[in-house]
Amino acid sequence: MSSAAGEGPVRTLTYREAVREALCEALREDDRVFLMGEDVGRYGGCYAVSKGMLEEFGEERIRDTPLSESAFVGAGIGAALGGMRPIVEVMTVNFSLLALDQIVNTAATLLHMSGGQFSVPLVVRMATGGGRQLAAQHSHSLEGWYAHIPGIKIVTPATLEDARGMLRTALEDPDPVLIFENVMLYNLEGTLAENAGAVPIEGARVLRSGEDVSLITYGGSLYKTLEAAEALQSEGVTADVIDLRSLRPLDDDTILASVRRTRRAVIVDEGWRTGSISAEIMARIGERLFWEMDAPIERVCSAEVPMPYARHLEEAALPSVPEIVAAAMRTQSRAG
Amino acid sequence: MREYLMPSLGADMKDGRVVEWFVGPGDSVRRGDVVGVVDTAKGAIEMEIWEDATIEEIVAAPGTKVPVGEVLLRLGEPEGGAVEAAEAEPESPESLETPVEPASEVPPPRGPAEPQPPGPPASSAEEPISPAAPMPGLVRASPAARKRAHELGIDLAEVRGSGPDGAVVLEDVLAAGGPTPHITPLARRIAETHGLDLSSVKGTGPHGTITRDDVEPLVPEAAHRQEPEGRQRTMRDAIAAAMARSKREIPHYYLESIADMRRAEAWLAAENGTRPPETRILPVALLLKAVALSARDYPEVNGHWTEDGYRPASAVHVGLAVALRGGGLIAPALRDTDARPLDELSAAITDMVQRARAGRLRSSEMTDATLTVSSLGERGVETVIGVIYPPQVALVGFGRVVERPWAEDGLLGVRRTVSITLAGDHRVSDGHRGGLFLRRIAHLLAHPEEL
Amino acid sequence: MSQDDIRGTVLDVLRRVAPDVDVAGLDPAIDLREQADLDSVDILNLVVGLHQALGVDVPETDYDELTSVDRAVSYLASRINEQRG
Repeated sequence: MSSAAGEGPVRTLTYREAVREALCEALREDDRVFLMGEDVGRYGGCYAVSKGMLEEFGEERIRDTPLSESAFVGAGIGAALGGMRPIVEVMTVNFSLLALDQIVNTAATLLHMSGGQFSVPLVVRMATGGGRQLAAQHSHSLEGWYAHIPGIKIVTPATLEDARGMLRTALEDPDPVLIFENVMLYNLEGTLAENAGAVPIEGARVLRSGEDVSLITYGGSLYKTLEAAEALQSEGVTADVIDLRSLRPLDDDTILASVRRTRRAVIVDEGWRTGSISAEIMARIGERLFWEMDAPIERVCSAEVPMPYARHLEEAALPSVPEIVAAAMRTQSRAG
Repeated sequence: MREYLMPSLGADMKDGRVVEWFVGPGDSVRRGDVVGVVDTAKGAIEMEIWEDATIEEIVAAPGTKVPVGEVLLRLGEPEGGAVEAAEAEPESPESLETPVEPASEVPPPRGPAEPQPPGPPASSAEEPISPAAPMPGLVRASPAARKRAHELGIDLAEVRGSGPDGAVVLEDVLAAGGPTPHITPLARRIAETHGLDLSSVKGTGPHGTITRDDVEPLVPEAAHRQEPEGRQRTMRDAIAAAMARSKREIPHYYLESIADMRRAEAWLAAENGTRPPETRILPVALLLKAVALSARDYPEVNGHWTEDGYRPASAVHVGLAVALRGGGLIAPALRDTDARPLDELSAAITDMVQRARAGRLRSSEMTDATLTVSSLGERGVETVIGVIYPPQVALVGFGRVVERPWAEDGLLGVRRTVSITLAGDHRVSDGHRGGLFLRRIAHLLAHPEEL
Repeated sequence: MSQDDIRGTVLDVLRRVAPDVDVAGLDPAIDLREQADLDSVDILNLVVGLHQALGVDVPETDYDELTSVDRAVSYLASRINEQRG
């Protein structure tokens, strides 16, 4: 689905493999890098991302941890302060709440509280999102929450290029970076340039250009949104599709440039609507473009319930292509 | 039968020569349109008309010299008399009379209509979100549509909406603004001269009127800059006559005061830091406003010397001396300088200076200034000792803002300061009152928030 | 937007702001205020014109960056890049 940027030889692989390649490359090229988390070693990662890595890199660098997010995220912060470049994997964003104190009170603040003396070059990867019938304790999208916190960067790779390239840049960043990998993307297959490498972790990308409405999204919702844009085209409505890529910082310029042109926006966010990143984006559009809008801003978000287990209910709770199409159509002028 | 008379463009103007008419019999004109050009001792000035009308007859052909107050044009009723209504359009036109939109357009009130499935307490945000129903009588229109409609002077109640829920959107307004914009005579003349098609030109004037500003950018570059040969010469002669008369008749006295500009500059920097370029305030606007406010309290510097003696003016219209590049000087007036907010004043100055230099001043700006300010700006000299522009009786000069040693409360420091001078007419005022006038200006500059 | 585009825009805006100046004959390296006798009113008009044409809001503290055509072009180019980045 994803297309390779530029020309030259390409190959086919999955999102999972792209993440694994990025991890292996980082471990090979920098002795300070190591991976730790629950089941990342012997089990190969609960989404099989790190399968085989224990054999290649050994127990020192692929470390299984006890079931204590607070302890091992805290250990990662300590290692980062000590000069290492830890990659901490948290099995799912729901579990990361046990490490909130470490992330929000420690990782995000140390640079400031030390008067600029200590930066925390920590990378935390976590799975996010629903769709796999894992119910209400493993399926939520809380990345928008983290985007509230100054001092950390929040990135949401949705394409193979970003899955392959964001880790490297995140490791080079002197400050904590949280990478959110949507669980529905791991099996996504696409082509990637042979020479794909590091990409910037900031800045949104316009993946499709149109005139009539701006569809703004990130992470797992990207492909639903692209599909919706395709469907809209057959209705005669052409859409910009913006992959935010980073939720903190948000790329206001790209968002505003697009909406200024289309005068209509739909935000697709797998998080809940209330107090969400989608609300923040709406606010920024409202602040800056109020007088240039032609329709109320629309949102497609997850239903405000704990994620149901039953498949049909889970599907109903998550943003869907028909909902995105309908929201986009509501922003449009009626024919005639 | 109504008539359009030769305007008086200054107390010393006796007559003017008609250079050109932009209108002909049968043309319809609106209040504010430029209808022709008259040559005076001050140079060629564009004449505006002050009523809506149809031109019936041109009485004074181009080339004729006409005394002030004599007939130039005969006028008839404006087309259809419709413009009258447009002019009288109230601020909130449709709100009371327009029938409320049909009820079917209004989304049903939100309520707990649908039975909730058992489970965790659902949030109200689960209900479909739709914008609130419009207020009764208020036209549903998008912000983009409202903004453009306001600019074009279009009544939203008369525009058919094609947007969500029948809302009027930008395209509807653009379509409604389309068919028959008013074109000013001057704009039409320029278009005809250069064979331009105006059908796709978007008017930026009042009510979407297409003005010269909209048309001129379309004129090929080469066609510009055909300044009449004698313009410079005429202006030089006019300045010579006015200044010689000033020095011959007016017993000047001169005063100088040095004002501390620290607070004014800091206030201005802070204020402009928050403003986009379009609304930034020029330093000279501060100076003009300070002079204008002070002049209210010193009627002996604000008025005209006539054959019957001194006549103080009832309003303050400050003339700003604008130097033309390559020589020449013109001092168009900013009407009611004392009553206008600084940002508006600043915008008026930038516009006026630009037009003065392009030789495009209007007759309304040449009506008598009551007092002149000469500010030679940031590259000018430190002190300006001015020559009064008759029939005015005072000229305030501002030098460049410079650092000067400054003693205050027994301490010496360095301050950014400006020299303010007054050239006063001793027939009307004396040094004591003139000094108080300068002190008042300096006080206002030290308290910019009062401006 | 290339440097040439920016230069073209700067000259266009100058032409509009100061129709009485021979813009084509300007030396791009020399101070405009000295060369073309521009004053603060012209500079503000220039800033407004650039804001409208390029979307770059030049703060008052940076007005000195606009004193010559060359300097203005490189300053605007870096501001435009900044806005993108």
